Amino acid sequence: MADLRINLAGIQSPNPFWLASAPPTNSGYQVMRAFEAGWGGAVWKTLGEPIINVTSRFAALHYGGQRVLGLNNIELITDRPLEENLKEMAEVKRRFPHHALIASLMVEHKREAWHEIVKQVEAIGVDGLELNFGCPHGMAERGMGSAVGQHPDLVRQQVEWVKEVAQTPVIVKLTPNITDIRFTARAASEGGADAVSMINTINSLMGVDLDTWLPVPHVDGKGAHGGYCGPAVKPIALNMVAECARDPQVGIPISGIGGISNWRDAVEFLLMGATGVQVCTAVMHHGFRIVEDMIDGLNNYLDQKGIASVTDIVGKSVSSYSDWGHLNLNYKIVARIHEETCINCNKCHIACEDASHQCIDIIRDEATGKERLVVREEDCVGCNLCMIVCPVEGTVEMVEVPTGQPPLTWNQRQAALGLVK
Amino acid sequence: MAVGEAFVSAAELFSNFDEVVPPLKPKEAIDEANRCLYCYDAPCIKACPTGIDIPSFIKKIATGNLYGSARIIMETNPVGASCARVCPTSQLCEGACVLNDASKPILIGLLQRHATDWAIRNNAVFFKPGERNGRKAAIAGGGPAGLSAARELGRLGYDVTVYEAKEKAGGLNTYGIVSFRLPQDIALWEVRQVESLGVKFKYGVRVGVDISPQELLAEYDVVLLSAGMGAVPDLAVEGEDLEGVYDAITLVEDTKTKPLTTEFIGKKVAVIGAGNTAIDAATCSVRLGAAQVQIFYRRTSKEMTAYDFEFEFAKQDGVEFRWLTAPKRILGRDGKVAGLELIRMTLGEPDEKGRRKPVPIEGSEFTVEVDYVVKAIGQKRQIPLLEAFGLEHRNGVPVLEENSFRTTHPKVYAAGDIIFGGGKTDAMVVDAAEQGKKAAYAIHRSFETESQTA
Repeated sequence: MADLRINLAGIQSPNPFWLASAPPTNSGYQVMRAFEAGWGGAVWKTLGEPIINVTSRFAALHYGGQRVLGLNNIELITDRPLEENLKEMAEVKRRFPHHALIASLMVEHKREAWHEIVKQVEAIGVDGLELNFGCPHGMAERGMGSAVGQHPDLVRQQVEWVKEVAQTPVIVKLTPNITDIRFTARAASEGGADAVSMINTINSLMGVDLDTWLPVPHVDGKGAHGGYCGPAVKPIALNMVAECARDPQVGIPISGIGGISNWRDAVEFLLMGATGVQVCTAVMHHGFRIVEDMIDGLNNYLDQKGIASVTDIVGKSVSSYSDWGHLNLNYKIVARIHEETCINCNKCHIACEDASHQCIDIIRDEATGKERLVVREEDCVGCNLCMIVCPVEGTVEMVEVPTGQPPLTWNQRQAALGLVK
Repeated sequence: MAVGEAFVSAAELFSNFDEVVPPLKPKEAIDEANRCLYCYDAPCIKACPTGIDIPSFIKKIATGNLYGSARIIMETNPVGASCARVCPTSQLCEGACVLNDASKPILIGLLQRHATDWAIRNNAVFFKPGERNGRKAAIAGGGPAGLSAARELGRLGYDVTVYEAKEKAGGLNTYGIVSFRLPQDIALWEVRQVESLGVKFKYGVRVGVDISPQELLAEYDVVLLSAGMGAVPDLAVEGEDLEGVYDAITLVEDTKTKPLTTEFIGKKVAVIGAGNTAIDAATCSVRLGAAQVQIFYRRTSKEMTAYDFEFEFAKQDGVEFRWLTAPKRILGRDGKVAGLELIRMTLGEPDEKGRRKPVPIEGSEFTVEVDYVVKAIGQKRQIPLLEAFGLEHRNGVPVLEENSFRTTHPKVYAAGDIIFGGGKTDAMVVDAAEQGKKAAYAIHRSFETESQTA
């Protein structure tokens, strides 16, 4: 049994799986159910001024038989009174003293407002704070959420205000609706944040109804952009985590969020530099119980690899994530098709023919009338497209072919040519 | 595979006993696992006698957590690898799947096999013995119920000894289910899982014959009887002692324990009875090369106890079914079976269970030419064993305390086929496993209560 405990910027948790601030963390009832199911921590749904919500609120992207590949929402922060939330948070902390309970906060751009709410939530014994500078809808129009997260100066300033009074670790939750997330991450770090969490949801329009011509979802005939999340956003989130993890100017722990649905996703985020992960959409799809396989799968993975503690894998892949200019130009792979498992759907052929370098031939055996697919390796550019479209795992294999040339990166090449100083 | 082949080579005979249902291919397993809706409070769980958390083990296949998947299965059902192959899934988990009406039910049995096969291939060990509690338990019979009880008692810290009459444990799974459904290796892997908990097995020891009830009761704190059922009863017709008369259990057992016989090649076989054991005996005969295999049953297809899929399987194998016929006499020549005299039957008035009783039709006797007669008309009760322990019983079914598996002797419990009291279906492996588990908990509970009141 591997040690799954984590310590994220001073916040202790029995395992790396936290619930993200969202509908599943709206009440004490829910958070207690979650902790009973095994979740290691929860970021309570964002506290702030009384909020009025609308119906409907969620919409989903289903694709090719898979439900909820993506989800979006136009729900705002908690719509329950602060006192009620605080009372329930205190009760949760009393009953689950060893689980991480983090308060997500969002208030207007006023120093006193931040001071006041920080003092209130810390008084009931939370383990940390998460400043919501990410929510892209509704709150942003009032100058909060991603309206702050899109301005590094505002982020830095508000973090400084919070740090003036905060006794517990401060996590800053970042918006992906920005050109380069490292700028806000650095600003948070400069302001004194103890950690950053990413990503919040991405601006999105889920769809348009073909019969009514209304946006999906709509509120009495009108729609507005919502925040996108779920498995579909994972690659975007993972990149942002990796970019911040390898940036020395950020230099603080990361709580990874974005499309994490199972233990495998979590391992990827941990390897790419997240100290822990936060989950929401998968819970909205399947309930709190999914954490059982997340914990079990992570534990079995670590045991099978002979790794004693989950913290030993944090950041292990960061050094292999770099800039294009550092990639070896002399590394070459080509596709090879394993005939014994090929089902002759010919998808690799047409993908290569129409979208790549026309190097997969359909060879017909005149004797048997059977067809087989063969890669002309000299013309293959090693793009992976045929492997990607192949429906039978392992049938198209990308194999390394020695070029006989020493490794050479773009940067080295430009330097050798005297094009860079 | 079909009847009537004139020549069967030894290699072919051997391959006839390979598992007939292929495993899921890796992609098939992933596709199928991803098709599961992961229902909450799922009906498949409720339909499983052992209550395996089916959606969870399937979800784990989808996330690549095969160790965790197999652990869930084996945790709940100590003979989960065997059950993956022999359970009547269409009547249990798959029959309850919510996708039955919307699409097609999930192939739960094959997914269970996918996970447990992974565990077998990877020599996975799931369970540790509990801290010894100083109590000793004897288990009479190492079949599904006995193994299941031994596993749970071992985990609870008991010093467990299983007394097994045969050379190997596993009971029905090891000896009684045809190899092409359940290879012996699977059942023996389950035995090893129990052994790894420190459970001792004493083979070749028949309780009540080689060791007396008094000795067991003196040496152990508790005794669990899980001896299954006995041999096939006699047909009580003339000619039963002729050479060429088998009982179905012995016939199946021989195919799993001895070099396969070539004596059935090209011969005619009559099987009497239409339960699952009769089907096994018939399909075994086909696979041993018989030219003609006929099942004779005194009722009709509606009353037979064989599962639908077993019936279908036998028909595919070319087994012929002759309804409303009962044996009257086995005819011999030179001390060997030469034919079978039968009588046609008709269904009379329903009995107390609502089953119409077969009645012979006077003067309808007829004769068929056969070389072998296989008896498969049920199994005998373990009356001598029950009586040796001085237990109260009703027609060989021990009387149990309500909501318990405790017999009329306070130190003696019973589980598995030995307590099977009839019913609509056959006694199932999965039921025996669940009873073994429950009996173990009942035993543990009684000691806990005892120590609390002491």
